[in-house]
Amino acid sequence: MIPGTFDYFRPRSVAEATKFLHKSKNASVLAGGHSLLPMMKLRVAAPSALVDLAGIAALRGIKKVGGNIVIGAMTTQHEVLASALIAKHVPLLHEAAQLIADPQVRYVGTLGGNVANGDPGNDMPAVMMALDATYKITGPTKRRAVKARVFYKGLYETALKSGEIVTAIEIPVPGKHGFAYEKLKRKIGDYATAGAAVVLTMKAGKVSACAIALTNLGATPLLADAAAKALVGQAPDDKAIGAAVAAARAIMDPANDTRGTPEYRKSVGGIYVERAIRCAIAAAAG
Amino acid sequence: MSKVHVKLKINDQEMEGLCEPRTLLVHFLRENLSLTGTHIGCETTHCGACTVDLNGKSVKSCTMLAVQAQGANVTTIEGMANADGTMGALQEGFRQMHGLQCGYCTPGMIVRAHRLLQENPNPTEEEIRFGIAGNLCRCTGYQNIVKAIQHAAAKLRGEEFLEAAE
Ligand SMILES: Cc1cc2nc3c(=O)[nH]c(=O)nc-3n(C[C@H](O)[C@H](O)[C@H](O)COP(=O)(O)OP(=O)(O)OC[C@H]3O[C@@H](n4cnc5c(N)ncnc54)[C@H](O)[C@@H]3O)c2cc1C
Ligand code: FES
Ligand code: FES
Repeated sequence: MIPGTFDYFRPRSVAEATKFLHKSKNASVLAGGHSLLPMMKLRVAAPSALVDLAGIAALRGIKKVGGNIVIGAMTTQHEVLASALIAKHVPLLHEAAQLIADPQVRYVGTLGGNVANGDPGNDMPAVMMALDATYKITGPTKRRAVKARVFYKGLYETALKSGEIVTAIEIPVPGKHGFAYEKLKRKIGDYATAGAAVVLTMKAGKVSACAIALTNLGATPLLADAAAKALVGQAPDDKAIGAAVAAARAIMDPANDTRGTPEYRKSVGGIYVERAIRCAIAAAAG
Repeated sequence: MSKVHVKLKINDQEMEGLCEPRTLLVHFLRENLSLTGTHIGCETTHCGACTVDLNGKSVKSCTMLAVQAQGANVTTIEGMANADGTMGALQEGFRQMHGLQCGYCTPGMIVRAHRLLQENPNPTEEEIRFGIAGNLCRCTGYQNIVKAIQHAAAKLRGEEFLEAAE
């Protein structure tokens, strides 16, 4: 399996990359290549040119800037896992990175590629929605920022416009909170059959803030807003959790594929939402 | 399609070749440079038979373009023996513990285990299993592969591994 022909370009700066992308008709950004190259080998993707971001130093690194953790788009999952800053301030991200693929894929696959890919099977988008992250984007003429919660438009469809590159991911450091990423997979290294990310704060025995997001349970990652609202202001007893799970299930619309039928995936999807909520509550209380 | 001149360091030797941008690293190694120790199993990024060490990371060379490896420092199974030609600790471990049967997965397993032991010289059994999760073996059932890696880890630490192969 060999990809079709293409031109290869390795710019040294973001400006050079966006300029090239803008003037070329059907060019793609190449990050780790661990979603794009498999698709090119299957000839599902056939870009005329690849713009490899690997030579742009400005796209790497993990920093704390004020109340935010800022992660360069070309930071690999392996680097995310090795970062003490992330483990301390956004442990949910650490936990989720561990559940992605296998060591070889994590050494090469990038955070930027994972969030920009637009595949509902990717784990990081739901995590970024739960954390209310913002994607920093640079285009040929201007820069902008888009919240993860409004970035995903459809299957492989995102808010990115032609010529735009995600340069960094900015995550507001949550205060004391409980968190969980629960992922059902057929085997280690697999994409999610169903996944749920929960970030939650408790105050005086009640849930004071909550965000829930879902992986691979629809054409895009899903923010389960109604499910989170069902918990806020409540003592998290079986009734409140049951209402949250029902609200999350109501927005699930998973594909019928090798990972199961929609009925099965909605069923286990609810179970994984419940597990993630209970886990986050236990962590928030502890 | 015009060809690209790719230069890299493989097993401490400068090597180069001409290839199209679409040439995968594994094909470049095997076909341009005649380093056929690195195997192709699935070609779909799942089995790990094609694993090489690239700038201190284990990568699946069927899912990397040769042009992406421009200037890189690569170690393949051909670079795993000791300088005097005797078997390296991992090769010896796989021999002693019967860590292979058909041997198809072995180059990838050994190259991956090499990086694992660089990062964690004293891994638990669980850490070994998690660390080789990207490498499939259809023969051994993994038990003796884990022991082979433990054997090598002990040897590299100057200790003796006392368990027998399954
Ligand atoms: C065997 C295997 C198992 C896997 N399992 C999982 C899993 O369990 N969970 C999971 O989440 N992922 C999984 N993946 C996917 C992996 O995490 C990919 O690395 C990731 O989806 C894409 O990151 P990348 O850096 O490889 O991006 P690429 O493949 O290089 O790019 C992916 C897409 O995003 C675009 N893109 C990349 N970077 C940018 C950027 N900075 N700005 C704009 N566009 C950009 C590219 O043009 C392309 O369209 C798996 C992959 C493999 C091969
Ligand atoms: S041949 Fe590369 S992972 Fe199987
Ligand atoms: S020894 Fe045959 S595949 Fe591993």
